[in-house]
Amino acid sequence: MNYQPDRSKYPAKKADGTLDIDLTSGKYLKLWHGPNHPGITGNMSVELTVCGDEVVEGKVHVGYLHRGFEKLMERRSFIQCFPIVCRICVPEPDFNEYCYAAAIEELSGVVVPERAHWIRTMILEMGRINSYLMYLGGQAGALGQGVIGQWTTYVRDLMLDRFEELTGARIYHMFILPGGVRDDLPEGFKERLEATLKEVDAVLKDVNDVMFKNAVFKRRSIGVGYIDPAWVDEYGITGPNARAAGVAKDVRKDQPYLVYDQLDFEPVVDHGSDIYTRADVRRRDVAMSVDLLRQILAKMPNEGPVMAKLPNVLHWQIPRGETYIRGECSRGEYGFYLVTDGSRFPRRVNVRGPSYTHAMTLLERMIVNTNISDIAALMVSLHTYPPEIER
Amino acid sequence: MMHKLYENLGKIIPLGEMTLQRANLAFITLDCRYLRSALHHLRDVEGYSHLVLLTAVDWLEEDLFQLTYLLSNRTADMDVGLRVMLPRENASMDSIHDIWPTAATYQRELREMFGIDFPGSPRVNEEFILEGWQEIPPYRRDFDTKKYSEENFAHREGRVTKDPASHMKELLYPDRGQ
Repeated sequence: MNYQPDRSKYPAKKADGTLDIDLTSGKYLKLWHGPNHPGITGNMSVELTVCGDEVVEGKVHVGYLHRGFEKLMERRSFIQCFPIVCRICVPEPDFNEYCYAAAIEELSGVVVPERAHWIRTMILEMGRINSYLMYLGGQAGALGQGVIGQWTTYVRDLMLDRFEELTGARIYHMFILPGGVRDDLPEGFKERLEATLKEVDAVLKDVNDVMFKNAVFKRRSIGVGYIDPAWVDEYGITGPNARAAGVAKDVRKDQPYLVYDQLDFEPVVDHGSDIYTRADVRRRDVAMSVDLLRQILAKMPNEGPVMAKLPNVLHWQIPRGETYIRGECSRGEYGFYLVTDGSRFPRRVNVRGPSYTHAMTLLERMIVNTNISDIAALMVSLHTYPPEIER
Repeated sequence: MMHKLYENLGKIIPLGEMTLQRANLAFITLDCRYLRSALHHLRDVEGYSHLVLLTAVDWLEEDLFQLTYLLSNRTADMDVGLRVMLPRENASMDSIHDIWPTAATYQRELREMFGIDFPGSPRVNEEFILEGWQEIPPYRRDFDTKKYSEENFAHREGRVTKDPASHMKELLYPDRGQ
């Protein structure tokens, strides 16, 4: 196909705003990218209309793993929802636990002990590193660098070891509960976490040398998948996707929660707004999380309770009310909107995952006029997880 | 701050009650006719440029749907939720996709999951997640998940439950009996 320099005029639109495409002409082709495709971010698919190797329209289809989390939670007592909330986001489950627990605490007036705040912050930063490591492997893999995924999986596994010794589980932890955290740190945990952080540092340096200085990676990612800063508010873009577009959105700094106001950091911001910049912002974010974890380990009080006294959670009735609790997860603003009616069950739980805004409307906007070969890298660069869309 | 915002907004449109959840989060009830004016004012004048979420709550007993439009002013660290109550029967609401393009996705989901219509919203009648759904919208409180699964899926026998004390005795010491 001859490359069209002015892609904005291609193809024409009809009076009603739809594209003027005649599939029977042979010029255009319908192509399904996913739902199970190595270059895709989980179980979702994009229905593409292509002309040669150029995408002229893309429609996102989700729902392949819908388990009705929000509906299930309406039929369970507040404490019974914890095995559900952590499953909404597999690589970073602790965020759901924190937001949901904090929403319950606010509506029921439970005061969390100081030390639990520090442990929660530590867990969230550990989860952030896990999530980013998985992303870096996926981003490099989408552009043919499989070895990066092997390195990041190795070091992520070490981090999962720390989670296992802390919580008893590698993936779904259920460690953050209303009132605090389930248990105190095991003996020697700080030293072992510090040793793991050293490994993360070392792998991060290798990733920087091999992935970010690689000519192929640069040529495939610089200038590709541009997000206009003006779209940030229009499409509700948050987190690294906004920060790579020069918009310094970080809930940890803008609306500090837990102990972030006692830590010294500046959100990573860059201006390239392409695949390369988004990946680089995340790489620097991992380094920042390592630094934050070291600060937490140094400043954390060594003694004190980690759980508040709660009523009998099996018969816990929470007064009528509604609230929204947010935090900055590895992909942007994560929030739980919880409505209670005074009964033993939540009236309504709405999960505001960053993937919802990034992978639906934004992706459909971005995918037009890209090349088929860039789609996998483009999708991964938005760092989305489908369970957050089809909660 | 929130009381000032409530005052400013009240000068333009009639408002219902305000619930101050915490210093930087308030929920304000208003009539659906004034929603778009309120959103325009909050976005363009008060700096609430970020649409955090749009969702519905089913108050079945009161025969009402509550739509919550949660907006955020990042620089001032303030959040406000606008609550709009709609009758459940043939619920319909003005689309706001022209104010925030991302709202179109929320509205599509609400159409499918709660049956609330947003005339004019892009692809609002296209299937979002469910395919060939014939029942009432599944996120409504009167949709009975248990009844639906019993009618549509085959029953699978559960595992046999045994009393652990006697079962382990039987396994470990078969000669000794009970």
